[in-house]
Amino acid sequence: MTLPIFYILAMLSVFCALMVVVARKPVHSVLYLIACFFTIAGHYLMLNAQFLFAVHIIVYAGAIMVLFLFVIMLLNLNLESEPRKSVIARVAAVSTAGLLFLVLLAAVKSAEPVILDTSASGVGLVRHVGLKLYNEYMMPFEVSALLFLTAMVGAVKLGRKEATHS
Amino acid sequence: MALFLEFVIAGLLCIGLFAILGLVLVLMERKVSAYMQIRLGPNRVGPKGALQTLADTLKLLSKEGLTPRGADRFLFNLAPFVAMIGTMLLLAPIPFAKGFQLWDINIGVLYISAVSSLAVISILLAGWASNNKYSLLGAMRSGAQIVSYELSAGLSIIAIVVLTGSLSISDIIASQADGWWIFKGHLPVWIAFVTFIIAVTAETNRAPFDLAEAESELTAGFHTEYSGMKFALFFLAEYINIFIVCAIGAILFFGGWMPFHIGNWEGFNRIMDYIPSSVWFFGKTFFLIFVIMWFRWTFPRLRIDQLLNLEWKYLLPISMVNVLLITLVAILGWHF
Amino acid sequence: MSTPADYLPIAMMFVVASGFVLFTIFVTHLLGPRRKTEVKLEPFECGIESQENARMPFSIKYFLVAILFVLFDVEIIFMYPWAVNFKDMGMFGFVEMLIFLSLFLVGFTYIIRRGALKWE
Repeated sequence: MTLPIFYILAMLSVFCALMVVVARKPVHSVLYLIACFFTIAGHYLMLNAQFLFAVHIIVYAGAIMVLFLFVIMLLNLNLESEPRKSVIARVAAVSTAGLLFLVLLAAVKSAEPVILDTSASGVGLVRHVGLKLYNEYMMPFEVSALLFLTAMVGAVKLGRKEATHS
Repeated sequence: MALFLEFVIAGLLCIGLFAILGLVLVLMERKVSAYMQIRLGPNRVGPKGALQTLADTLKLLSKEGLTPRGADRFLFNLAPFVAMIGTMLLLAPIPFAKGFQLWDINIGVLYISAVSSLAVISILLAGWASNNKYSLLGAMRSGAQIVSYELSAGLSIIAIVVLTGSLSISDIIASQADGWWIFKGHLPVWIAFVTFIIAVTAETNRAPFDLAEAESELTAGFHTEYSGMKFALFFLAEYINIFIVCAIGAILFFGGWMPFHIGNWEGFNRIMDYIPSSVWFFGKTFFLIFVIMWFRWTFPRLRIDQLLNLEWKYLLPISMVNVLLITLVAILGWHF
Repeated sequence: MSTPADYLPIAMMFVVASGFVLFTIFVTHLLGPRRKTEVKLEPFECGIESQENARMPFSIKYFLVAILFVLFDVEIIFMYPWAVNFKDMGMFGFVEMLIFLSLFLVGFTYIIRRGALKWE
């Protein structure tokens, strides 16, 4: 039962991810990225990681994609105004991406598959995630707050600089 | 096979509920505003104008849905679709009466905040795709507003999760069997309730926070270019959203379908149980909807900077501190 | 305990919702007239002739609000598993969250003090 669903979801994610790159309009790319995130959220559900499922939708599809849409609208990326890339840039992009793909392929091929029965253990449930996070991983959790602090400072600085320009 | 049949029945019920809610809420909006302005409101179609919205729906259904020149055809048609689906997915975990819940999951409120965070995408898409300055301005305002107020709505939800210790909606309701949180939780819960109501009013783009579609400056905001059924879908989604947020407010603070109980006064609680749970649920929800409609005719519209100031300078810090306060209350056991 | 199969109703709701939307769009397509004129298809601008492209750049404040929203949203996400568990952790969990939130409040006061959300 789960295997065909997995294949369908995986195919959809790969298709959406490809469309992100292929789509001509930046807003379409964002839309395909949202769809891609949804299929990945579906994968989380298949692994019974309910917390990650919800967080993935809230943070990626809900928050970060809104940010992306704002940025695209801010930059005014219209089809007409987009500069054409030169041939050298294209060749370089294709070859580096191809090499990265090869490296990833090699890494995945040599990896040993670990089969974990996530549905029975309930590792991904909110309660278990919380227990782990707030006991064992307390330090990283608090340090992440510092990270957010720096991000806030950076955002404020960026906003200020632009404001003085205009 | 039985499972499939169940799905079909549940799906049809959902659509039926959807249609009826939309009709009732639009009529209610018009009637409430009419009475607040001492006029009669719709009174020609059907008894006391009860069929007015049905007639309007039929009219919208038979109208031309055109896509303006220069619009992004794909996104323009997709946006109402996304709005509607997001809203319908939110209906799934809401219990309408005791034991009458389509879907009870253990991450109930987390699911609700996840799906409701998608509403803003449809608005931004609609505004961008329309190729209209009013639409884009409305969408940007609305996007900034919805995402900002989502924060304090989320924090108010967390306040109740702290008290209940569970994300499941049925657990949250069960925890209010000996009194609703609004009575049991004292001051911190009242603060959470007030921030919640303000936040959801803003999140559903209702007056006084309706500057995304401020008629006098932006014609109709992000759906200026929409007509016919595509407009109707946005409109319907907006009203169903009001119902959903009020239902969630009723569940979190007023116990959902839970009758009015006081501690362990057996006799009193028994009498209250005679009133059907669906009446309790819809009574509370429609009371909150009425309050939100009341806001519309009480407060003047805010400006975008005032609106963002209200959230970022007042509501957000207040609700963050309030969550800590509620935690203290819960640890020390100061609630009933 | 819950399993992935519990999430089947979402799929069902999704199918029902798309069915509903497609059906209404289809019906309106059948019923509605289709007369496209040059003026009708123009973007609505209160009757004034429209000027250039509508997709113009605008205030960076919106972007700033969005970026701050992402940060605070993640903070709220962190609070969900904590809120479910804090009863078992008692005072320890409270202090943990107090530190976390106070760091956020420091950033928050910084944002307000620098006037990042002030609109000109």
